Amino acid sequence: MVRAEQVVAEERAAAGPRSGGRARASGGGRAKGRPPGRRPPVALLAAFILPALALYTVFIIYPLFSALQYSLFTWEGTRQAGFAGLDNFTRLFSGVYAERFWRAFGHNGLFFLGTMAVQTTLGLAFAVLLHRSRFGKRFLQTAYTLPYLVSPIVVGYLWSLMLSPQFGAVNEALRAVGLDALAQPWTGDPQLALPTLILVNTWQWIGFPMLLFSAALAGIPEEYAEAARTDGASGARVFWHVTLPLLLPAIGIVSVLTFIGNMNVLDLVYAMQGSQGAPAGATDVLGLLFYRTAFQNPDLNAIGQSSALAVVMFVFIFGVSIVATRVLRRAEERLR
Amino acid sequence: MTTTLESPAPPPAAASAPPRPRRARRGARELLGGAAVQLLLWGYAAVALAPLLLMLISSLRPEAELRQDPLGLPVRPALENYTTAWTQANFSGYFMNSVVVTVSSILLGTSVSVLAAYALARFRFFGDALLTAFFMAGLMIPIRLGVVPVFYLLDNLGLLDSQLGLICVYAASGVPFSVFVLTAFFRQLPVELEEAARIDGAGEFRVFGRIMLPLVRPALATVMLFQFIDLWNDFFFPLVLVDREHYTLPVGLTTFFTEYGLNQSLLYAGLVITTAPLVVLFLIATRQIMTGLTAGIGR
Repeated sequence: MVRAEQVVAEERAAAGPRSGGRARASGGGRAKGRPPGRRPPVALLAAFILPALALYTVFIIYPLFSALQYSLFTWEGTRQAGFAGLDNFTRLFSGVYAERFWRAFGHNGLFFLGTMAVQTTLGLAFAVLLHRSRFGKRFLQTAYTLPYLVSPIVVGYLWSLMLSPQFGAVNEALRAVGLDALAQPWTGDPQLALPTLILVNTWQWIGFPMLLFSAALAGIPEEYAEAARTDGASGARVFWHVTLPLLLPAIGIVSVLTFIGNMNVLDLVYAMQGSQGAPAGATDVLGLLFYRTAFQNPDLNAIGQSSALAVVMFVFIFGVSIVATRVLRRAEERLR
Repeated sequence: MTTTLESPAPPPAAASAPPRPRRARRGARELLGGAAVQLLLWGYAAVALAPLLLMLISSLRPEAELRQDPLGLPVRPALENYTTAWTQANFSGYFMNSVVVTVSSILLGTSVSVLAAYALARFRFFGDALLTAFFMAGLMIPIRLGVVPVFYLLDNLGLLDSQLGLICVYAASGVPFSVFVLTAFFRQLPVELEEAARIDGAGEFRVFGRIMLPLVRPALATVMLFQFIDLWNDFFFPLVLVDREHYTLPVGLTTFFTEYGLNQSLLYAGLVITTAPLVVLFLIATRQIMTGLTAGIGR
């Protein structure tokens, strides 16, 4: 999972010379608050740094570069049969692979848009409403956040039990209040399956944007809104013209995090719709496609093919995140 | 709320005639709006909590009862589902695997991270900034995409289908986040502390272990807590990297669901067993989790 600090850190790391200059101008020294530091003997340094460096390099960084290398070869089972150039990539974008790729890609896109529309909007609404209310604030925030703790696999199984057409609690509850028409085969209908997944995913994650927006709201001085109100602005106008612009950085961070999370979504779909993205691939996503290409693939070249897919996904997710973070930072600087 | 309502300066000229009825009307509307807001907020709290409550209640009911009425309360709490899941469906095994893997990974990952973070925060050396950036790069990497090479790496090391292999991958996956948080904390500590200790003749490791480490305890707790949530809940790496004997709870659930798919109350019990440790943890550390989630925003 990716958290807010991570993006903030990435932002700082990616900021490069410009924000470095800013830090020097304001704080002095390279990084803010950094003590002068000592120059330790090499052996001591190694003792402190090498364990983490080795673990991280061997199990995280090296495999990623290996994946890149794997993707450039033709494989016969677990044996590299020869240099393939970009063959694995061209195959990914042609024929039946392309069909599956773009279908899964489209589902990820819908997943992202749906989540932004429902989860982010609701999260913002709850944060704003909670910001002004005193009564039970802590309890409500905790209640909204509790599902975040639960494993996506558990969430998926729990909801598929509850959404089961015959014995499920959801349809039973709908029938009990006379809404029989709404009792649908939620996970079995190709039209409903993806929206259902988005809602279940929202149920799990809504506390996250809500907490981020709450923290951002708490950081906005009350005087701004008060000044606008004194000038006669209505509550809605104050929100649109004062509060919302000040929340833009937080909205940006939430969007990037939602994008990363949604592009990597796998567990929930696996639990609710299986590794094929049932019904009939209506909920297939890139994560599942990658898993199947790598581990449920009769193709002799499974390793080459899945590695090419991994590289494409990596470049896309990482690339968009970096670009989006930079654009957001620029926009933020302009607003300031 | 009341203060903001009254804060608009009263328009001096028109103040004589209209204000009273207008204020009353506005007050009523405000009250109604407030009630609607409360209804919405508490209504959603019900939506957030009901499924978890239903999961707990259903796990305590016999299967036949559950079939008849999926929404009822347990007539008498039945613990059979739990004993069946624990013994027959091997949840005892999954649970132990989860505990061993999660705890070891956190201990290993946090230990190496806190050492590196200390050095990155307090020492000056050639390439320190580059090294920090190298660790930070891991924050945004979707590490699952490297799973095929990880699989063959573990295979070559003879660590496939073992807890140790899984622990190495998990511990490594926590390094960027832990290093990031702990470095930030170490940087905030005053230099005078370690200087004083060193003047008193304490060695490098003594300064670190006795003086600096205890001071970053809150950060250590945060880092370990979030690793616990991530690792306890992960299902992808065990699915790929270990055999059934070493399955952790989330992967165990997948086989459990295919085998016992028709016994709903039993399934609910399995879900509760998987989730319970996290809820306990949450109740102990609510504050830390809620603030940790938003660290770096606002303020």
